[in-house]
Amino acid sequence: MAHSGPMTDWRKAKLPVFAFLAPATIIYSLFMIYPLIDSIRLSFYAAPSGEELAFVGFDNYRTILGDPDWSATFWNSFWNNMKFFAVHMLVQNPIGIALAGILSLPQLKFRNSYRTLMIMPTMLSVVIVGFIWQLILSPVWGVGTDILDIFGLKSLFGPWLGKEGSALITLSFISVWQWVGIPLMLIYAALLAIPDDLVDAAIVDGATHFEVFWHIKLPLVLPTVAMVSILTFVGNFNAFDLIYAVKGALAGPNFSTDIMGTLFYRTFFGYQLQLGNPSLGATVASLMFLIILAGVLFYLFAVQRRLARYQL
Amino acid sequence: MMTKNIRREDMSRAVIVHAILMTYTLVALYPIFLVIINAFKTRKGIFRDPMGLPNAETFSLEGFTKVLAKSNFEVFFFNSFSVTIITIAVVLLLGAMAAWALSEYKFPGSTWLALYLAIGIMVPIRLGSVSILNLIVDLGLINTLTALVLVYVAQGLPLAIFILTEFMHQIPKDLKEAARCDGVGEFKIFFAIILPLIRPAVATVAVFTMIPIWNDLWFPLILAPGDGKQTITLGIQQFIGQYVTDWNAVLASLSLAIIPIMILYLIFSRQLIRGLTSGAVK
Repeated sequence: MAHSGPMTDWRKAKLPVFAFLAPATIIYSLFMIYPLIDSIRLSFYAAPSGEELAFVGFDNYRTILGDPDWSATFWNSFWNNMKFFAVHMLVQNPIGIALAGILSLPQLKFRNSYRTLMIMPTMLSVVIVGFIWQLILSPVWGVGTDILDIFGLKSLFGPWLGKEGSALITLSFISVWQWVGIPLMLIYAALLAIPDDLVDAAIVDGATHFEVFWHIKLPLVLPTVAMVSILTFVGNFNAFDLIYAVKGALAGPNFSTDIMGTLFYRTFFGYQLQLGNPSLGATVASLMFLIILAGVLFYLFAVQRRLARYQL
Repeated sequence: MMTKNIRREDMSRAVIVHAILMTYTLVALYPIFLVIINAFKTRKGIFRDPMGLPNAETFSLEGFTKVLAKSNFEVFFFNSFSVTIITIAVVLLLGAMAAWALSEYKFPGSTWLALYLAIGIMVPIRLGSVSILNLIVDLGLINTLTALVLVYVAQGLPLAIFILTEFMHQIPKDLKEAARCDGVGEFKIFFAIILPLIRPAVATVAVFTMIPIWNDLWFPLILAPGDGKQTITLGIQQFIGQYVTDWNAVLASLSLAIIPIMILYLIFSRQLIRGLTSGAVK
């Protein structure tokens, strides 16, 4: 936190400082920090056959990672989530970076209109986006076939959302369609912050706009690219709404679209004949917390530090 | 001759650039457009000519009449609206107060407190849902909009405090010092001088607080799924689940959810982008 000059001495204003900080700190601690810590605590407790909660050590973790049924479900949702994340990294972020690069070209007309319109899907609810695509891809309506027919690709159309082999990838692409706006906005903002003289000098030397982007601008915005990646990771491993809206809590067909968020929901609330189990739910949430924490720490210590050195 | 060639090259490059941008804009907008035009058609029109605009023969509002008759759309809307507005107001006020204390006064542990308050930017509040539900049940707030507001305030505060703290560092020192010399109290300095000054950051914070709340499905599903308490996202999810086969009603309900957000976005998009590009978020 960079601050020029000495700040006001707090001892002259103890009461105001306390009064300014207390409300936010209390609500945040009570409804965010306490539940996160208490969830981790709950993951070490169980209430067999509806009795009082009792401490059971790592039993819940042993159930989820050791029991054949549970561990198969858990690792299935974990790897599905990794695929979901991989599609975002390989498709969403490159498209976002490319569009941001094009939008930041000098003397581009209608720049603001393009940007405003391209970000539109990002503003919509994930649930609404899920339903929009469910309709368009529905073989009953047939508009998907009509659109492919324009390009002569009618024969490629299939019930992608309903097939075990393609449902997860299709949902990943729907999510990419919605969230391209985030890398687009953040990287565009970072590109605008690059001083003009750096770019002008290269252009005078005869570099093309593509070369300028690839060799000068992109390396300069790498810290933002890294930040976008970690935001994508956290967002993906916390996703739920899209799968739940399109496929329901069972994440069908045959759990092929099950990710950590839907597994957490089912474990916590139950489904069909299986009753919900808050302790096992808290255990799944704690495992999700560990995965997200591992990603954030990797970003802070490996990626960001290396990039900071690179910048010098 | 030479300049002519360069100009022609510039022209063809501009054509390619605009072709790429227009193609992507079409990809982003056409699905939304398709849903909205079909919401204004008869069932026959929806299936016979899905890509055509509604015309005299196919135009119909039956989907909208059905949605308004069979669901409490106005109630969903009102619920989402009140939850969002109250949350934004509370987040802005409490966030600005905390940000002011963190940026203006140096006290023991201030850096640690700032870090503590920033945890929530990276750690999703959803992971605490099991305990949040217990807590809300203990407080007797289950199936109330108050429960949603409390959770959303906690969710929105970390980013709001972070953005506003950065912003408050830019407020000139002379302003505050002059007021202090005149003997103005610390509370009055904040409410009369600082609060009006942060208006440019307000739009950014409001948008970043609003979008995840308005669009959230998780907490309404867990904390307030009861009749009459649904937010718009949950209400539509339940309505569509019930009327899957009624294409008119489904398309109309989606349009009713999309259109207000699109209008709000078009009004505020300039402020949102300005807030982003002026370095308020980095």
